[in-house]
Amino acid sequence: MKSQTPIFVRVSFRRKVKNFLMLFLIASLSGVALVPLFLVFYHVVKSGFPALSWNFFTSLPAPVGEPGGGMGNALVGSLIILGLASLIAIPLGIFGGIYLSEYGKGKFAASVRFVVDLLTSVPSIVTGLFIYAMVVAPMKSYSAWAGALAYAFMMLPVMMKTTEEILKLMPDHVREAGLALGLSRWKMILFIVLRGSRPAIVTAVLISIARVAGETAPLLFTAFGNRFWLDGLSEPAPNLPTQIYSYAISPFEQWHQQAWAGAFLLLLMVFVVNLFARAYVYRAGGRK
Amino acid sequence: MTVLPQTDILTVNQLKAGFGKVEVLKGINLKVREHEVVALIGPSGCGKSTFLRCLNRLHEETEGAWIEGEILLRDKSLLGRGQDPVEIRSQIGMVFQKPNPFPGMSIFENVSAGLKLRGIRKKSVLENAVESALKQAALWDEVKDKLKAPGTSLSGGQQQRLCIARALAIRPPIVLMDEPTSALDPISTAKIEELIHVLKKDVTIVIVTHNMQQAARISDQTAFFLLGELVETGLTTQIFTTPKDSRTEAYVTGRFG
Ligand SMILES: Nc1ncnc2c1ncn2[C@@H]1O[C@H](COP(=O)(O)OP(=O)(O)OP(=O)(O)O)[C@@H](O)[C@H]1O
Ligand SMILES: [Mg+2]
Repeated sequence: MKSQTPIFVRVSFRRKVKNFLMLFLIASLSGVALVPLFLVFYHVVKSGFPALSWNFFTSLPAPVGEPGGGMGNALVGSLIILGLASLIAIPLGIFGGIYLSEYGKGKFAASVRFVVDLLTSVPSIVTGLFIYAMVVAPMKSYSAWAGALAYAFMMLPVMMKTTEEILKLMPDHVREAGLALGLSRWKMILFIVLRGSRPAIVTAVLISIARVAGETAPLLFTAFGNRFWLDGLSEPAPNLPTQIYSYAISPFEQWHQQAWAGAFLLLLMVFVVNLFARAYVYRAGGRK
Repeated sequence: MTVLPQTDILTVNQLKAGFGKVEVLKGINLKVREHEVVALIGPSGCGKSTFLRCLNRLHEETEGAWIEGEILLRDKSLLGRGQDPVEIRSQIGMVFQKPNPFPGMSIFENVSAGLKLRGIRKKSVLENAVESALKQAALWDEVKDKLKAPGTSLSGGQQQRLCIARALAIRPPIVLMDEPTSALDPISTAKIEELIHVLKKDVTIVIVTHNMQQAARISDQTAFFLLGELVETGLTTQIFTTPKDSRTEAYVTGRFG
């Protein structure tokens, strides 16, 4: 009996050491993955925050050499473009997702699914060029519409795909319970299945907005940018990403600072949207 | 057992049903009288659920499913092209094996869903309907102070009674139950058996059960299914004491199944 104890202790000691090492490895690797994120965040905040002021949110860009000025027009423009894009892409995406999940059985649905998969991987610059060719060139003008369409084009397949996947998580016996209650299929889908998936759908919507909010490439030759307030949806539209872009590549130190402030603002926007998504999921978590 | 009322509410003639090439039900004949509880018993896979799901035409929602024969609700035919399944399901409610309250809906919303989605908006009407359905389902006392709580926050047994209330709220004359207590503990089971007993005065119940004692306790008529056929049906007391068919006898005495 006595001679057995040390072996057991040794084995268990070795196991503990191994366990510790693995844990350490996992923790440090995930730490490494977070480093770039924190660096970006730190740098943007450090350079962007000092240039932020009330003026920055409310005024037009100042001419070169003049101090002050802001990105009020770009902020408003960005919000309008995002809003329009959401109005187009979210309903279409949700209904497309409903089709794929609830009706999508045949060959047609399979090809829709295939196209959606392809569309999610189209590079955003290609989306921008496509909208340029389809909208900007015929209308002979950059416009808020074109920018919104480019964003919508990126959001739509993502919305469709996530909606389909979310609805498929709803167990079939819930659908049957709805039908057994004498509800027509569309009512059952809208008011039982979709409604029951509301928290997940809202999250998907917010995340898809946050995902495109910072995209620059699709706006470069669609919304284009504008140094004045947006003057109608068919005019070139000011927006944060292209404004930041043109300031960042300018030779003026003061514009660089404004670019950082704009970048900080953009980051903040995306961050706030994500925060809302989190908060919503958290609040809805109890009543799944 | 009670004296049976005479009117037939459901008449099933030569009902055949299946999936694709497989024939699951091979010509079932059954009469269900008003205000009676009919228990369907039989070994697993013999087609009890399929039969039940034919009655409210939920069967045909499965891909490849087909039905032949005749089902009459009083003297109205339920099968055939002209008949609207949605309309039929308003007359024939269903409770499933697994409690399945609607996710994201409160207790109140669950029970009122059937009425609300039929366009009934008036608050007082909905409130009355919810209260009486919950009372019928013997759940009112337990939930009356938390009608806004999510349906899924209830215990399994309470959820099942919630589902019963949900089915009752639209006042169907017939309620189908597919092993409604098989996922529940003995106390919840007893509660549901009790409420079935009381419900009888309002509705006709067709219930599938694997529990012989349960069938004996709650039903007036028992139908024994085997391999897609209805072997024998009759008064529950007769089926359990003096079955005519030797297979029925073997099954109810627990020698197979
Ligand atoms: N969706 C389906 N597709 C094909 N066959 C099916 C399907 N559902 C059921 N079946 C078959 O139909 C037969 C009867 O099934 P059913 O569910 O009616 O049996 P049951 O008597 O209710 O059994 P249990 O007591 O286990 O619930 C089974 O042999 C089963 O394999
Ligand atoms: Mg079954």
